[in-house]
Amino acid sequence: MAVISSPHLHSPAKVSGVMLQVIYALVPALLLEFWFFGWGLLLNLLLTLAAGYLFEAAMLQLRGRPLAPFLSDGSMAVTAVLLAAALPPLLPFWVPVVGMLFAIVIAKHLYGGLGYNPFNPAMVGYVVLLISFPLEMSGWVAPGGWRLHDFGLGDSLNYAFSGQLPPHITLDAITGATPLDAMRTGLGLAKTVSEVESRPLFGLFAGRGFEWVNLLVLSGGLWLIFKRIIPWHTPVGLLGGLFVTASLFHLVAPDQFAGPLFHLLSGGAMLGAFFIATDPVTCATSNRGRLIFGAGAGVLIFVIRTWGGYPDGTAFAVLLMNMAAPTIDYYTQPRVYGHGGSE
Amino acid sequence: MTRTLHRFHGGIHLPDQKALSLGRPLRQAALPSELVLPLQQHIGAAAQPLVAVGERVLEGQMVARPEGFVSAPVHAPTSGTVIAIEARPVPHPSGLSALAIVLQPDGEGRTVEYQPHSDWSALDPSTLRNLIRDAGIVGLGGAGFPTAVKLNPGPHTAVETLILNGAECEPYITCDQWLMQERPEEIISGALIMRHALQAQECLIGIEDNKPAAIAALRSEVARRGLTEAIEVVEVPTRYPMGGEKQLIKVLTGKEVPTQGLPIAVGVVCHNVATAASVHRAVELGEPLIRRIVTVTGHGAAQPGNFEVPLGIPMGELLAQAGGTTAGFSRLIMGGPMMGITVEQPQAPVIKTANCLLAVTDDELERRAPVRPCIRCGSCAEACPVSLLPQQLYWYAKSKEFDRAQDYNLFDCIECGCCAFVCPSNLPLVQYYRYAKTEIWAQEREKRASDQARRRHEYRVAREERERLEKEARAKKKAAALAEGESDDKKAAIQAAIERAKAKKAQANATPPATDPPAEQPAGEGAAPAEEKH
Ligand code: SF4
Ligand code: SF4
Repeated sequence: MAVISSPHLHSPAKVSGVMLQVIYALVPALLLEFWFFGWGLLLNLLLTLAAGYLFEAAMLQLRGRPLAPFLSDGSMAVTAVLLAAALPPLLPFWVPVVGMLFAIVIAKHLYGGLGYNPFNPAMVGYVVLLISFPLEMSGWVAPGGWRLHDFGLGDSLNYAFSGQLPPHITLDAITGATPLDAMRTGLGLAKTVSEVESRPLFGLFAGRGFEWVNLLVLSGGLWLIFKRIIPWHTPVGLLGGLFVTASLFHLVAPDQFAGPLFHLLSGGAMLGAFFIATDPVTCATSNRGRLIFGAGAGVLIFVIRTWGGYPDGTAFAVLLMNMAAPTIDYYTQPRVYGHGGSE
Repeated sequence: MTRTLHRFHGGIHLPDQKALSLGRPLRQAALPSELVLPLQQHIGAAAQPLVAVGERVLEGQMVARPEGFVSAPVHAPTSGTVIAIEARPVPHPSGLSALAIVLQPDGEGRTVEYQPHSDWSALDPSTLRNLIRDAGIVGLGGAGFPTAVKLNPGPHTAVETLILNGAECEPYITCDQWLMQERPEEIISGALIMRHALQAQECLIGIEDNKPAAIAALRSEVARRGLTEAIEVVEVPTRYPMGGEKQLIKVLTGKEVPTQGLPIAVGVVCHNVATAASVHRAVELGEPLIRRIVTVTGHGAAQPGNFEVPLGIPMGELLAQAGGTTAGFSRLIMGGPMMGITVEQPQAPVIKTANCLLAVTDDELERRAPVRPCIRCGSCAEACPVSLLPQQLYWYAKSKEFDRAQDYNLFDCIECGCCAFVCPSNLPLVQYYRYAKTEIWAQEREKRASDQARRRHEYRVAREERERLEKEARAKKKAAALAEGESDDKKAAIQAAIERAKAKKAQANATPPATDPPAEQPAGEGAAPAEEKH
């Protein structure tokens, strides 16, 4: 348009600034995850970032979009970090790459790029991997296991690219089920919750290692809320929904249903609440809508973990709610000024 | 007495930049070599010229008369000669020209004899309204709705609250602030006249709390005249767009103006403080609206400040009188940085609604970073003072789904710019809304035109058919009459006449009434009627 029209003033806040802060907020948790689970995490992170960068650039080129502004918006980096944080640490190199392929090429660009994707790209990548490579995706490094067995950077690299482990180590010795997995299998074998939780895999209130990482995710998330980078409604809805449902079932049948703390701190719920469900593009837009979105995801996480086919339901829950977001938006429109009713 | 204030949703805090133009005393603008007086400086029908080219006029003489109810006359700001009545560039978003009376001042300052009415309290409201209408007063806050119309609540509507809007929430602008600080007596006098014309129960003056001197000046004037029972000066929070009519009404009274409705629907009438001052001048001094105070400001102006200017002075001339532009000057805006329009042609005149000339430099306004896609962050919805969902409006305006945009209440958008201000993706949201509104108006005009054409066509077909039948009937009757003799002939003639009259009546009913509201809507941009912004 020829005439420059109002408003002539603009606030200085920009997309990439927001994205960077989101990544910063996750750094402490990532460092601790690294401490507990070893080099694999960093390797995965490098792989998701590099692959993501390549795919993003290639897709922008193909779609005839300018590279610089879009590559620098930071949204791809957030996707890469989230995917890496969610992946098991010990993986063949192509697994994170395939994950990013689906996240960036399919979930993001084939839907029209940033802002047009209905599904959270990182979660699409994660779910595709979960479904396609169940074997690779199910084994987690036992917390602290890498140090016990002196499993260093070289060993991680070697495993990722050649699938070879050092001669004195077997895969079973350093990886095992996640706490959520163990709980699922245990309960499936008619054990009680407390029997399962007495295994060494469990720590103070939830999965060993995971509980501390998740507490750091929580504090990073709270910092983002404090900085007004994410709204509080989505995480409160999600954690609240999960807490309330888990508590109800646990109160009724404490032996068959794990308690709320276990649910909040063992798996991906924290990450989901603060960093994944809050993705503005795929979440509901009004504050009321975000509460509903979060609560729905929280309840779904519990349902999928308890009765579904996978030990953790965070990714599925978020994707299902992504699908519901437009409907939630439609029914949670704010009352417009002068349209009756009172505040 | 402290009044409980209410809140409006959203809004934003802006750097106010007001000190820039408050450093110098008021300056009187010198008369330029010609004054350009557009016939339409208000919302409503354009005025009709009363003078001819070559005619000599006096200061205060009406040179164009109002056309219809919603209209306002134009007066000569000084004595001189009419040298042209022609299309001239006007400050309008479309950048178009419009018909204007061009006056060459003679510098003699001969005036018509003004008729003061110091005894206005003895006049009845409708006489007062006529005085105000004849003085050409329109809302000076920016919208330019004829004041006399707004002072006419209609016979069956009681006005509870008269609100004077002194919020002046747009950054940079200080003309109202100056007026409130320096001429509080004019504002209070005007308030009393308006209250009388409206028979309003209470009168509130809302001022943002970043103008303590203005608040103090008006309060002491109210106290001095012993009017504390009648007029309350209320301090409101500084939050843009507090000066939006609907927002201020909500904050002061807790009432919401119904969508597409006027404040009078909730018993409120809202006028700008500068309008009140000009009402005082019109009634108590008899002086029509021929001058106003304009803030000339921005880092692009060499000597920013407030000016009292004759209406019609070319903007470039006024800017020159403010020391011209600085080295970094990039563009001229009429109004504030949030809602003002870019002035493409500096020869466009200062009109009644021009409260500010903002000369900005390149660095002054946040440079527009590259536009990125909407990430649906919802910041815009949080900032919107009307509680709209700007991201949805944007989506539907962009994809031309105008019906959906209307479902999302596009027409409740006041174009305040809060959404675009906060948008982290730098989307030109308001441009999209203006575009969508203009398109919808155009479609409606087209539809109305085609409906009218269709109805005309149907009517013509029906008339032709009827005429054919009548002709046949007449022919038959004639034949019958010839057969039966002459006695029934008269009756038949009368019957036919009655039928013709009926048909005529039917035709009058079938022709749609001549409506033209959207035609007033300037092409390209829409100004929300009766909406005053500061
Ligand atoms: S502020 Fe901008 S990016 Fe955010 S939702 Fe609104 S339009 Fe989209
Ligand atoms: S310009 Fe319209 S949509 Fe944007 S904030 Fe103002 S009223 Fe809301």
